[in-house]
Amino acid sequence: MGIPLYWWLAVAAALFCLGLYGALSRKNAIGVLLGIELMLNAVNINLVVFWRYITPQALTGQIFAMFVIGIAAAEAAAGLAIIIAAYRQRDTVVVDELDMMHW
Amino acid sequence: MGFFFNLTPFVPLFPLLAFAVIILFTHRNNRLSSNIAIGGITLSTVIAWGIVAATIAGGERTRTEGWQLSIPWLPAGTSVLDIGLAVDGLSAAMLFMVPFVCLMIFIYSQGYMNLGKANQDPRYARFFAYMSLFAAGMLGLVVARDLLFAFISWEVMGLCSYLLIGFWSFRNRNTEDHIDEAQVDRAKKAGLKAFITTGIGDVLLLAGIALLYSYTGTLTFRELFQPETLAALQQQTLLGMPAVTVIALLIFGGAVGKSAQFPLHVWLPDAMEGPTPVSALIHAATMVAAGVYLVARTMPLFIAGFDYTSAPALYWVAIIGAITVLLGATIGLAQDDIKRVLAYSTISQLGYRMMGLGLGGVVVGIVHLLTHAFFKALLFLGAGSVIHGMEHGHHAMSHHAPGDLAESREDESFNANDMKQMGGLRHRMPRTVWPYLFGTLALVGLAPFAGFWSKDEILGEAFVGWQHTLAIDHHLLVWLAGTVGVFLTALYMGRQLALVFWGRPRHQAAAQAHESPNSRTVPLMILAGFALVGGFANAPFLGSPLHHFMADIHQASHLVNVAATEFNFVVAGMSTILAVTGLLAGWLLYRNYQAGQVEPFKRYLGPVFTVLERKYYIDEFYQLAIVQPVVWLADQVFNFDYRWVIDPFVNLVAAIGRWAADISGVFDSVAIDTFLVEGVARAFNAAGRWLRYTQTGRVQNYLLVVVVTVLMLVGLYLYL
Repeated sequence: MGIPLYWWLAVAAALFCLGLYGALSRKNAIGVLLGIELMLNAVNINLVVFWRYITPQALTGQIFAMFVIGIAAAEAAAGLAIIIAAYRQRDTVVVDELDMMHW
Repeated sequence: MGFFFNLTPFVPLFPLLAFAVIILFTHRNNRLSSNIAIGGITLSTVIAWGIVAATIAGGERTRTEGWQLSIPWLPAGTSVLDIGLAVDGLSAAMLFMVPFVCLMIFIYSQGYMNLGKANQDPRYARFFAYMSLFAAGMLGLVVARDLLFAFISWEVMGLCSYLLIGFWSFRNRNTEDHIDEAQVDRAKKAGLKAFITTGIGDVLLLAGIALLYSYTGTLTFRELFQPETLAALQQQTLLGMPAVTVIALLIFGGAVGKSAQFPLHVWLPDAMEGPTPVSALIHAATMVAAGVYLVARTMPLFIAGFDYTSAPALYWVAIIGAITVLLGATIGLAQDDIKRVLAYSTISQLGYRMMGLGLGGVVVGIVHLLTHAFFKALLFLGAGSVIHGMEHGHHAMSHHAPGDLAESREDESFNANDMKQMGGLRHRMPRTVWPYLFGTLALVGLAPFAGFWSKDEILGEAFVGWQHTLAIDHHLLVWLAGTVGVFLTALYMGRQLALVFWGRPRHQAAAQAHESPNSRTVPLMILAGFALVGGFANAPFLGSPLHHFMADIHQASHLVNVAATEFNFVVAGMSTILAVTGLLAGWLLYRNYQAGQVEPFKRYLGPVFTVLERKYYIDEFYQLAIVQPVVWLADQVFNFDYRWVIDPFVNLVAAIGRWAADISGVFDSVAIDTFLVEGVARAFNAAGRWLRYTQTGRVQNYLLVVVVTVLMLVGLYLYL
């Protein structure tokens, strides 16, 4: 156990911030989706690290991470399908132009 | 024979059924309806005569104790009000007369109401329904075992009397082209007058019955008249008199109303507005006799402890009877309406019966009731025949001069009932005049007609009673009033005969009058037969059979036990002389009376005649002393209700309510609506207006908000 816990947490936080920045700043809907995937993976790192460092005898952290990966895959599929549908409908994948859900 | 007694309930039941069937089912078929009514009363007559025969065959025990049937009618707590039927000698005597006279009058009515003719009465079937209901009431009274059933029947008769007096107040405006509005109005008022006036008597009667029940706990005649019951009633004191006397006077009050005795006699003459068969049946033969029957039935109550000062029930019966005899007979002298003369005659003759009862003579009163029923029904039906003949003549007169049709319709002076427009009708109506003459002779009391025997029995009883005491008591009063009454009766009947049948026609209608058809004259002749021989039923030289038939019914009470009256030649001779004198005087004075002349009585009597013509101003007095105060009181109550107190108060309450509602309405609209309800809505509306700008529709905005919020929450968690 050479590497201390907070290093891993720092990496996960950095990755989360990158993802958040991408999700907030990208114009392309696919970029936003990618940012979200990055944030999910940052969370996964956290889950696995906490399991490994704090409760190695229980499987909860690992199982949780597996569920998140599965859900992220499904979310990517559904998200891409929505983006394709939106593109067909509106001829654009720029999120600022997909703003019909307002007053 | 005894099984006829078991059929007694059917005697009143058949006419009642006829009433129900006509009203419910057959009222659209006039001929069928009247035949049902006649059929019902025929069956009643057959059974009733069977009962009479059975009573005669049954001997003394049947006559005094008779047959009875009791039905527990109204269980009330510990006691049960029974209702029941009974037959004894008195009932049987009535059962001989009532259904038979009803039958005669029903048959007559079929013709009188113009069955099957163009001018058939529009409410023909209804007339027969009412008449049947009336017959049921009268027969029910006759066979009543107790005062309760008697009272119910009594009221049924009162209702029918009201309905039939006012029968022509509902003339159908659609089917009749010529409606006499004045007559409709008179019929309405006459019906009401009869109902209210007899109602006064009915209330007294009901009070008497209630008192009786509270003292004795029974209303059955036979139980009431047990000597111990009567003795107990004498012991009790009420209003300074023995209770039994108070009760007797209250019952007599009922009889005064129903039998048109002074001072409640005023309704009977007005009741002549009804169709003539009604006058004959209800207001001459049966219903007005019900009061006499009731007094006779409850005679032990009157006699119990009788004396002039402390228990004077019987004395008052005699006094009221005597007043009524003279009152009716004198007013009868001055009336022009043929039916009104007969009505006052009926009042006067009812007075005779009450006088007879006032002497304690159950039998003499009832015998006069029976004979009078026959000959007065005869006289009324004869008068109806005359009236129809006059109307016929008036009609024919219009037809003979078609150009004057409209004019004769306008002939307001013609009145088919007015004796002064008649005259000489004996030539035009030969089949009516003879029965009418028989009825008249029976009424004035000439031997051998029915009235002679029955009237002289009353006078004889009074005279003999007076001879025993030679004091100025009610015997003398009755004898004097009765003897003067005989003369007056003969006088007004002589006047009537001379005016109607003798002399020369005083109106074109009388000259062209027609004889009535057989349906009307045959009942007249049958009744004339009874007027001739009816009196022999109790003739002294035959041994007074009716007397023995009825006299013992009150034997059980040991109080009423009047021996049969001996024939008294002084009395009979005197009244015969007076009757002949009266008839001759009336005839001589009026046989040459011409239209438009001042009539002889008026010439000789002057202002007295006017008083008689106006009926002693009794109606005017009642109008002034009773009707107007009541109307005034009603007006004041109306004002109290509508103008002064109740309505203004109601309106005030309403105004307060409206004012409060207005305030509440303002509060609602301002405070609740504007500030609360609408205010909340406006607040949300405004908030929504502002907050909607946050809904940009841009995904990244939302995400940013989420991130910022989470960071803030984390910050709060870490540093607080």
